[in-house]
Amino acid sequence: MNDILQGLSAAFWLVVSLDAELIDISLRSLRVTLTALFISCIIAVPLGAYLAVQRFRYRRFVIAGINALMGLPPVVVGLVVYLLLSRSGPFGVLGLLFTPTAMIIAQVIIITPLIASIAHQAIRELWAEYHDLLISLNTTKWQRIKTLIWDGRRNLLTAALAGFGRAIGEVGAIMIVGGNIDNVTRVLTTAIALETGKGDFALALGLGFVLIGLSMIVSVTIHSLSRTEREGRW
Amino acid sequence: MTQMLPLALTDVTVRRRGKRIIGPVTHRLEQGPPTIVIGPNGSGKTTLLRVMHGIERINAGQVAWTHDAPDQQAFVFQSPIVLRRSVAENLAYPLRLAGVDKVEITSRVTTWLARIGLGAFANTAATRLSGGERQKLAIARALIRTPQVLFLDEPCANLDGHTTREIEALLSETATAGTRLIMATHNMGQARRLAGDVIFMLNGKIHECGAVDYIMNTPQTPELKAFLQGDIVT
Ligand SMILES: Nc1ncnc2c1ncn2[C@@H]1O[C@H](COP(=O)(O)OP(=O)(O)O)[C@@H](O)[C@H]1O
Ligand SMILES: [Mg+2]
Repeated sequence: MNDILQGLSAAFWLVVSLDAELIDISLRSLRVTLTALFISCIIAVPLGAYLAVQRFRYRRFVIAGINALMGLPPVVVGLVVYLLLSRSGPFGVLGLLFTPTAMIIAQVIIITPLIASIAHQAIRELWAEYHDLLISLNTTKWQRIKTLIWDGRRNLLTAALAGFGRAIGEVGAIMIVGGNIDNVTRVLTTAIALETGKGDFALALGLGFVLIGLSMIVSVTIHSLSRTEREGRW
Repeated sequence: MTQMLPLALTDVTVRRRGKRIIGPVTHRLEQGPPTIVIGPNGSGKTTLLRVMHGIERINAGQVAWTHDAPDQQAFVFQSPIVLRRSVAENLAYPLRLAGVDKVEITSRVTTWLARIGLGAFANTAATRLSGGERQKLAIARALIRTPQVLFLDEPCANLDGHTTREIEALLSETATAGTRLIMATHNMGQARRLAGDVIFMLNGKIHECGAVDYIMNTPQTPELKAFLQGDIVT
């Protein structure tokens, strides 16, 4: 009990004093996750829209595949990315293992199906609503996709925030492909795991506070977005 | 500007799930005053309009415009489809699709906002409008590219008398200005006020058609007679 209280006060102090290591790790976490999120959205949002608008032979199959990939255990993703990037793997020559890039790759694989699935769901509903009008206006496929993405942007942002939440809290895959190297690939989650193992609860808790803070910012953002949607403000 | 009309339907049949929805329908639409489509629920009015507009797949027959120009026709759906955008953006949308320049868009949107009495709501979310306001918006959006042909599917079905009169006035002006109207309605008074000629649909076929006075005053078939007297016809 005493340990925890001491840890809490030390953690609090680390946060308010803007401890250099804490800030460094937090920024790296944000950088890796936001980059992964950006790449994932670029892939997932148009994919979700395309799957909603375009009928083709294996569409159901592709959608089922994306939904299945959503349940992929991150640790397994980490393992596969590790094997692909390791020196003897097919992409070994790139020398990406144990770099932030490797972590970004793993996160992209983990969250793209999640974002694509939520985006597809949202855009499919909007497409059902808009279908007759957009057909009547003789829109091209590309105009339809643009309109649906733009008008569905709030729900798509929710999809992106869900992806952010999943990516920033991820530990297993990141640990495997990043290696948790000090000053290079150490991020919030891997640092917490490490410091907890070492018994340095102050730093672990401080990092935990930051992580919780980031997650809370995300959920507050989601909440306020859905409120502006309800109130019909633009 | 090349004339789209006349429109010739030849033995048009629409089947869905093994059931004949309309057809065979053979009819010719010339340039002229509005055509009003009447008939009991389920008689195929909506389907007929959608077929003419080219947004319903046909299983047999032909729909032939003298000069086919998809951007020269528009459709107003029974329950108005509004984009999740501001009122002004709803009006601007068809113009943006057509690549109209910004200055022209602003001026036409302003004109139409005033014309439908929604000037004060320019920046309001269109989804916040009442049913009547939405329908006026949908009609203005359909007219903003000054189409040669405008289809309306029971546009006043759920509206109060005042809004109905407003819409009728707008449609009269539109017809006078040279847009060809083809409108389904349940309101016989409205049919008398706006037509032109009348198409009486029954069981997916054009049961009777002709000039409005002729149809209303000297119905040739017992079914039309009964329908005009307010009886249920099947
Ligand atoms: N896609 C469809 N699949 C099956 N039945 C349909 C479809 N579209 C219309 N129908 C049926 O065709 C008939 C005619 O419909 P509709 O054209 O909407 O008539 P109206 O507008 O005169 O009420 C109705 O019985 C309707 O249920
Ligand atoms: Mg109908």
